[in-house]
Amino acid sequence: MSLLEIFFFYHAIVIVTLAAFIITRSNPVHSIVLMLILFFHIAGLYLFLDAEFIAAIQVLVYAGAILVLFLFVVLLLNLKAEMASRLYIIRWPLGIIVISMLLIVMFAGVKSFVPGPKGDFTIQLIAQETHTAAIGRVLYTKFLFPFEVASLLLLVAIVGAIVLAKKHIKT
Amino acid sequence: MVPLQWYMYLSAALFSIGVFGFLTRRNIIMMFISIELMLNGVNISLVAMSHYLQDPRGQILTFFVITVAAAEAAIGLAIIISVFRNKETVHVDELTESKG
Amino acid sequence: MAYYKLIPVLPLAAFWINILLGRRYIKNFAHWISVPAVLASWVIAVITLTDIVGGKVFNQDIYQWIVSDGFRVSVGFLVDPLTAVMLIVVTTVSSLVHIYSIGYMHDDPGYYRFFAYLSLFTFSMLMLVMANNFLQLYFGWEAVGLCSYFLIGFWYQKKSASDAAKKAFIVNRFGDFGFGLGVILLFLTVGTLHYVPAFAAIGSFVGHKISIFGTQYDLITVIALLLFCGAVGKSAQIPLHVWLPDAMEGPTPVSALIHAATMVTAGVFMVARCAPIFNLSPTAMMVVAVVGGITALFAGSIALVQNDIKRIIAYSTVSQLGYMFLACGVGAYAAGIFHLFTHAFFKALLFLGAGSVMHAMSGELDIQKMGGLKKYMPVTYWTFLLASLSISGIPGFAGFFSKDELLWQAFAAGPTGKFVWALGALTALLTAFYSFRIIYLAFHGEFRGTEEQKHHLHESPKSMTIPLIILAIGAVGAGWVGIPPLLGETFGLEHADKFGEFLAPVVGHPHPVAEFSHSTEWGVMVLSIVLAFSGLLGAWYFYMKNTAVPKALREKFGFAYKVLWNKYYIDELYDYIIIRPVVWVAKNIIVAVTDGKIIEGVVNGVPAAIANFSQGLRRIQTGLTQHYALYMAFGLILIILYMVR
Repeated sequence: MSLLEIFFFYHAIVIVTLAAFIITRSNPVHSIVLMLILFFHIAGLYLFLDAEFIAAIQVLVYAGAILVLFLFVVLLLNLKAEMASRLYIIRWPLGIIVISMLLIVMFAGVKSFVPGPKGDFTIQLIAQETHTAAIGRVLYTKFLFPFEVASLLLLVAIVGAIVLAKKHIKT
Repeated sequence: MVPLQWYMYLSAALFSIGVFGFLTRRNIIMMFISIELMLNGVNISLVAMSHYLQDPRGQILTFFVITVAAAEAAIGLAIIISVFRNKETVHVDELTESKG
Repeated sequence: MAYYKLIPVLPLAAFWINILLGRRYIKNFAHWISVPAVLASWVIAVITLTDIVGGKVFNQDIYQWIVSDGFRVSVGFLVDPLTAVMLIVVTTVSSLVHIYSIGYMHDDPGYYRFFAYLSLFTFSMLMLVMANNFLQLYFGWEAVGLCSYFLIGFWYQKKSASDAAKKAFIVNRFGDFGFGLGVILLFLTVGTLHYVPAFAAIGSFVGHKISIFGTQYDLITVIALLLFCGAVGKSAQIPLHVWLPDAMEGPTPVSALIHAATMVTAGVFMVARCAPIFNLSPTAMMVVAVVGGITALFAGSIALVQNDIKRIIAYSTVSQLGYMFLACGVGAYAAGIFHLFTHAFFKALLFLGAGSVMHAMSGELDIQKMGGLKKYMPVTYWTFLLASLSISGIPGFAGFFSKDELLWQAFAAGPTGKFVWALGALTALLTAFYSFRIIYLAFHGEFRGTEEQKHHLHESPKSMTIPLIILAIGAVGAGWVGIPPLLGETFGLEHADKFGEFLAPVVGHPHPVAEFSHSTEWGVMVLSIVLAFSGLLGAWYFYMKNTAVPKALREKFGFAYKVLWNKYYIDELYDYIIIRPVVWVAKNIIVAVTDGKIIEGVVNGVPAAIANFSQGLRRIQTGLTQHYALYMAFGLILIILYMVR
C-alpha cells in the first residue's frame, strides 16, 4: 500500500468518525470543536488533490468564520439545560433506515459512474503557476458573472444578518 | 493512486451522516451543523472529480459552494437569534408555526 | 315587380316597432302602427290576386338558409292560386280584426302588446301560406302556435287564461311532433324539402313500404298520416280538439282572427297544399275524411247544450273544420278551400258579433242571461243574423254554396263518401239549430240579465261595427264566386264555379261525378236545404214558441244531456290518462331522483369529496422541518434509483 493510500485512509476514517461524533454530542460546543478538526482534515484531503487554494479557503472561511459564528450563537443557549434535554426527535431509528437506504443507493450510483472526457486543467499547468493563479485566471475570465453574483450574495447576507438580528429598541 | 471511487464513497458517507443529523436532532443549531457536514461532503466529491477529470469547473463550484455556505450560515444564525428572542426555545418540535 | 315579398314584411315591422317602443313611447297609439301595415299588406295581396288571376305564378327562393352537405333549404315564396286565396283571407280578416280591436281593447293596459302580437301573428300566418318549402311551413306553423299562446294568455294574470294558453301550446305540440316526423320522413324519401321538387319526386315512391317496429306499412300513407297529425293538432280535430274551447279565454278579436279564420285553417291549407301526396294514398284520405266527419258531428252535438256564447261558436268552428277535412278527404280540395274561404267571413263575423254583445253586456257570456238585445244593438243583430243564415246553409248565402258543394262531392265519392256525407248532413241540421239557438236566446225575447247590465246596453262604437258590416257583405257575397255547375247551368251561367277552376292547377279536380244523374244531385241539394230549414225551425220552436220543451227534454234525457254538457268527458279522460301520470313522474322521478339525488349529488358531492381529500392532505403539513426533510430524502433516493437504473 502506497503512502498516498495510507494518508487517504487516515483522513477518510478520521473524517467519518468525527462526523459520526459531531452529530451525536449532547453539548453543542463539543460538536463545534470537533467540526474544527474535521475541517482541517478535509483541507488535508484537498491538498492531496492538488487544490491548495481551495484548502486555504476551506480553513479560512469554514474554520475561521463560520465556526466562530456558530460559537457565538451557541453562547446564547443555556448549556446545562440543553445537555439535559432530549437529544433526538422521537423515532430516530427511522433516520438510520433512511440513511442506510440513501447510502446503498449512492454506492450503487458510484459503482455505475462513468467518468467523462478529461479536460485540460492538468497538474503540470498547476505546477507552472500556482494553483491560486490557475484558479484565478479561470475565475476572472470564464466565471466572472457568477463571481460578481456571489459578491452581491455576500452583500445581501451581510445586510440581512444585521437586519434580522438587530435588537429592536422600544421607544 | 487513489481511485476516484474512494473519494466518492467518502463523500457519500459524509453526506449521509449529515442527512441523519439533520433529520433527527432537536436543536436547531445541530441542524445547521449537519447542513455544513452535507455541504462539505459535496465539496470533497467536487474537488476529487475536478482533480481526476482535470477540469477546473469542479474547484470553481467548490469555491462558490463555500461562499454560499458562509452566507447561508450567517443569515440562518441571524434567524435563529430572532426566533430565539421571540420564542425562547431552540427546539424544533416547539417551533411548529407552519402547521396545517 | 316582386312586391308580394312585402306582404309578410310589413306586419313584421309593425310588430318590432310596437314591441320595442310600445311601452314607453307609443302606448295607446299602437294601432297607428299596426293597422296601416296590415291594410297595406291587404292592398298588396289584392294586387297579387289580380296577378295570379291573370295566370302568373311566383316561386322564388329569396335566401339560402341552410346549406349542409346534402341538405339545402332556402327561404322562399310560392304564390299560386291556393296561396292567393289564403292571402286574401288572412289579410282581410286580419285588417278587420285590427280595426275592431281599436274599439274593443280600448281601455286595456296592454294595448300596444296586443297589436304587436296581432301583427306578429299576421306575419307568421303569411309566412306559413307563402312558404315554398316544408321547413318554412313548419316555421310558420310553430310561430302561429307561439302567437296563439301569447294571445290566448294575453291577460296572463288570470290563471284560467294562462292555463288555456299552455293547454293550447302543449296539445299543439302533440300534433306537431307527428308533423315533424312526417316532414323528416318526406325528406328522407325524396331528398328535398321544397314543394315543387318534392311533389314531382313523390310519385315514384308509390307502393314503397316502410318498416316500423317490424311491420311493413305503405310509405306514402305513413307520410301523409304523419303530416295529418299536425293538421289534427292545429285545426282542433278529434282527438286534439280540447284546446280550442278553452282558447276562448283570450280576447274576442283573438278568437275571431286565430281560432276562426286563420290559424286553425292552417291544417286544411296544409292538406290542400300536400294534395299530391295525399292523392297517392287512398288510406290516408279515408282517414282524413272520416276524422273530419266524426269531428263535425261530435262538436256539433256538444254545441247544442253549451251556454257560453263564445264556446258555442268555438265548437261550431271545430265542426266546420271537420267539414273542410271531410271535403279534402274525398278529393274535393277545392271545395274544402272554398268552405275555408266562406267560413272565414261568417265565423269571424260571429265571433266579432259575440264580442260586440259581450262589450254591451259588460263581459257577460251566458246566453241564458241575455235576451231581447235586438232592439238595443241593431247592427250587431242584423250582421249576426246574416252570419247565422250563412253558416246554416240557407240558399243564397255564402255558406250554402260551399257546404252544398262539399256535401255533394262527399256523396259522390264512393261508400266512405256516403258515410261521411251522412255525418255531414246530420251536422248541417245541428249547425242550423245551435246557430239559431243563439239568435233566439240572445237577441229575441225578454231581457233576462241584471238591471245594471240593462243600463249599459248600447250599440258598439263605429270601429267595431264597421268591420261587422264589411264581414257581413263577405258572408253573403263570398259564395257567389263558387256556384256549383248544376245551379250555374240552371241559371244559364257558364263556368259558374270560378273558384274551383281557379284552384284546379294546384289541387286538381275532384273525382268525376258523371255517373250520377242530375236528379241525384238535386236531391242531395234539396235534402241539405230541408235539413237547414228544419234546424232553423226547430230552434224557433224550442226557444220562441214553446220554451218549456228544452227543460222537459233535459229532464227526460238527463244522462245524454250530462254527457254533452261535459263535452263527452274527454278533458277528464286526458287528465287521467296523460296529465296525472306525467305530473306524478315529474314529481317523484324527475324532481326527487334525477334532480334531487343525481344532479344535487354530483353538485354537492364533488365539493364535499374535494374538501375531504384536502383535509386528509393537510396532515402532511406538520410544521416540523424534519418531516419535510424526510420526504425530500425519500425523493432523493427515488431520483438516484431512477438515474442509476
